[in-house]
Amino acid sequence: MFKKRFINQLIKSFFDLSPILAVVISFQVLIIRQSIPDVSHFVIGILFVLVGLTLFIQGLELSLFPLGESMAYAFARKGSLFWLLTFAFCLGFGAAIAEPALIHIAQQAAELAAKKSLISPSLDTKNSYALGFRMIVAVSIGLAILVGVLRIIKGWPAHYPVFYAYALIALLTPFAPTDILGIAYDSGCIATSTITVPLVTALGVGLATAIKGRNPMTDGFGLLVFASLTPIISVMLYGIIV
Amino acid sequence: MTEQLVEFFLLLLGTARDFIPIFMVLIGFHLFIIRKAINNPKKIFTGFIFVLLGIAVFLKGLEMALFPIGKLMATQLTTIEFLGINTLQKTISWQSYGWVYVFAASLGFAVALAEPSLLAIAAKAEQISGGTIRALGLRIAVGVGLGVGLALGAFRIITGTELYFYIISGFAIATLQSLFTPKFIIGIAFDSGTVTTTMITVPLVTALGAGLAQAIPGRNPVLDGFGLLAFASLYPIIAVLSYAQIAQWLNKRSLSSKP
Repeated sequence: MFKKRFINQLIKSFFDLSPILAVVISFQVLIIRQSIPDVSHFVIGILFVLVGLTLFIQGLELSLFPLGESMAYAFARKGSLFWLLTFAFCLGFGAAIAEPALIHIAQQAAELAAKKSLISPSLDTKNSYALGFRMIVAVSIGLAILVGVLRIIKGWPAHYPVFYAYALIALLTPFAPTDILGIAYDSGCIATSTITVPLVTALGVGLATAIKGRNPMTDGFGLLVFASLTPIISVMLYGIIV
Repeated sequence: MTEQLVEFFLLLLGTARDFIPIFMVLIGFHLFIIRKAINNPKKIFTGFIFVLLGIAVFLKGLEMALFPIGKLMATQLTTIEFLGINTLQKTISWQSYGWVYVFAASLGFAVALAEPSLLAIAAKAEQISGGTIRALGLRIAVGVGLGVGLALGAFRIITGTELYFYIISGFAIATLQSLFTPKFIIGIAFDSGTVTTTMITVPLVTALGAGLAQAIPGRNPVLDGFGLLAFASLYPIIAVLSYAQIAQWLNKRSLSSKP
């Protein structure tokens, strides 16, 4: 049964991936009119992508989704607001701090700051700047998940925190150094990625299902977008202060 | 061959290391705060291994197939020979880059359809909404949004205009739209942007931005390459909200046309 599911998923993954292949191949052949260099390498790579995609989706359905949801249920039944909020914060922080793309962008931010001679170009200061960058991004994601969970418990509408975040970003933008704006705007969606997205969705939907009077559709979503906006605010503040 | 195996093993180890903090949070809270045995630990464990292996294999494949070709194409589409302009011209107007916009838009659309996280979340949304929201419809709406967003982002890099202008006006549009959209779709619409910018989209969009900023004369490759992801996470929101509004409008019209 397991094998059959895997093969079905593999075929589905192929169909999901086919648009990218179609775009790449048709542009290469029809518009650029050059053959793809190293075709065998390309084909093997595509096979890897297919298998990886299939394994990842199967794994999500087996582990992260059910675990996140069952923990949300357990916390809702336990009824301890303190532990639920602590869990929400740790979940956001823990998932973000390890995000590989965030590590990469933090180093680039440090390079940039050194180039603009905001910090001294020694390796030590750059490393501590990069670490500081990662820490504040992870902390702001943790806080965003905490606020999001509080919102589900209190039953506030999903879009209110988002509006406040939008307004704050618009207000802060004129004061932030222009060089950091690009990185600031990108940092949010870089930090909420592979690990954060499925876990936070499972948490939100699970909580909204478990708490009476909440609807998983209207209340369960909306945590992620807030978590991708708060880092923008804190990175801009970091840029203004440092 | 052994060299590649070692390389893959290191990649797997790196992925595992990235997972450690979140793994500890989940298990720690489960054992010490909830204090209950984990349901079906074997299944959960297998799932974790699948996720780890899946990410590692997937990243390896991206690195082998899609990155090199994505970067190559960004460069090829912006060479002077391809654009067909004589080198005497000092400035190249933004209209000359027509194919770049088409490429960015179609890549955005295709990438959104292939994004594994969006697949999972769209299926989840269809399941909880009892079929009111179709997974495929949602993914197509996100794809259109991502396509428009990336084309606009490419336009910004080519013209060198200010990033915040596009982002803040996007905020304003999304805010206005959400006032007139059915409540049940707002949460998922706002999340769709963040959901889309994950496994495939982040690396590919970053590569596209860096490639364009490098290839276009007068742009700073370090500075102007950033910001494309912000487009990628904002414009799908607007697209999904529009999709909901259009669906609602069509519904109303078909209802009122009946006697």
